Amino acid sequence: MKLYDYELSGNCYKIRLFCALLGLDIQRLPVNFYPGKEHKSEKFLAEINPMGQLPVIDDDGFILRDAQAILVYLAERYDRTGVWWPSSPEARGLIQTWLSFSDDLTRTASAARLHDALGYTEIDVHAARKGAHKLLRYLDDHLAVRHFNGSPWLHGGSPSIADIACFPYVALAPEGGISLDEYPDIRQWIWDVRSLPRFVGMGGIMAIDIGQDN
Amino acid sequence: MTFKCTDAFTMNSWLTIGPVSRVSSASKSAPYRTTLLEANIAAWREADGQVTAEADGASALVESHYGYLWVCPSGRPARPIFDFPEYAEAGRRIVDCDGIGVAVSHPRMIENFLDMGHFPYVHAHYLGTIPNTEVVPYEVKHDEVADELWADDCKFYQPKTSNSATQGLQVEYKYRVMQSASAMLYKTAFTRPDLMDAIGLFVQPHSEEHITAYCLLAYIDDTSSINDLLSFQHTIFGQDKPILENQIPRRMPLYPGAEIPTRCDAMSTAYRRWLLDKDVTYGTVRSAEAA
Repeated sequence: MKLYDYELSGNCYKIRLFCALLGLDIQRLPVNFYPGKEHKSEKFLAEINPMGQLPVIDDDGFILRDAQAILVYLAERYDRTGVWWPSSPEARGLIQTWLSFSDDLTRTASAARLHDALGYTEIDVHAARKGAHKLLRYLDDHLAVRHFNGSPWLHGGSPSIADIACFPYVALAPEGGISLDEYPDIRQWIWDVRSLPRFVGMGGIMAIDIGQDN
Repeated sequence: MTFKCTDAFTMNSWLTIGPVSRVSSASKSAPYRTTLLEANIAAWREADGQVTAEADGASALVESHYGYLWVCPSGRPARPIFDFPEYAEAGRRIVDCDGIGVAVSHPRMIENFLDMGHFPYVHAHYLGTIPNTEVVPYEVKHDEVADELWADDCKFYQPKTSNSATQGLQVEYKYRVMQSASAMLYKTAFTRPDLMDAIGLFVQPHSEEHITAYCLLAYIDDTSSINDLLSFQHTIFGQDKPILENQIPRRMPLYPGAEIPTRCDAMSTAYRRWLLDKDVTYGTVRSAEAA
């Protein structure tokens, strides 16, 4: 499977992370997102994604865009355990709310980071940060209840694609000038995600176990 | 004075305001806008090809070198722009990685670039790996003619030194500080171990605690694609960014006892002493009370 990828994109990273957790091999095809804006090039729009966005996967000729859609596809196709995308109607409905929530994080926390780090000066960074804090407050309260009831995860007793979808732009929020100091349950959740077996980091999110040379 | 900086050394140096490509379609009515030392910069290309820059509406001294725009805030540069002979050397690939914004002072950024000790931890499996953590002692020299700092006998074992690397390599490094906000490193080219790749780090201080760090490669590598080279460089930089942004204070402490260096920090120590000798105050902390 090929992934049209940019290292510093949180939405690309969630696909890399989920593939690592599932033990799936992917071939990363680096796209010159910054500074080249290759994802907005005519060729990319015509051949890969008319929306001009990353990530996109090519799974043996099946091309799929949108990070959350890709998570659903990968879980349906490759997760033999069924825990990442449980099949009950209630679970699917509730997990879908977090997939949508992760798009709101992209519009706010990720936008603030693009402003601060990659020179997207046209973004209203104050509005983006304010919007992100509103989401993080809600997320922290939700996780506080989850922790009180004995689960570290957004839904159910195991990590699901809800956690994977929301994790990157929450963990990267400080790069957009959004401190996580006032969200203790979010910080615990970040630690728990980073502690998952086979976890991989990205530029900006370190793995806890950095390993040794063999 | 439009620039919020009082030290003469910073004011009389050349500071980048970004790649020359920023003004390729800029005009006086729609200039490229950015900030430098808290002044608002507008820059554009005139019909005759010359670049004009203004700082808070006043004319500013600007030059183009190595694909980048350089402003001397005081208009009275202490010396010409530094030499970068590799930029025009035949056989080298010039790749502009552009800039990434970091919430830190420019001296902290330069110091991070000069440090080998963090490789196995921050850049694990790329620029270093536990347990190969030793920084072999090296010497720092002051080139008094060019007023530059050099450390030219550095060595480090790296599992993946560059995009083209297919195995670990004992890599030789040379570090060079040309100005308080510009540095270069030279490192063994994986594909031609007898030659050295060159990487320039040009830092634009927007304010004392916010910068954009630009990276310019002059590489021997003729196998990697541009996307691969950019991806590698942004990966490494992305790993440094949260480390830089979590340093407290964000400005560089230059008073005794603020931070304790070890032997492997010889270049950093020399850089800090050099900043002190120049009486650089912008982006620094000069006393515990001010920290």
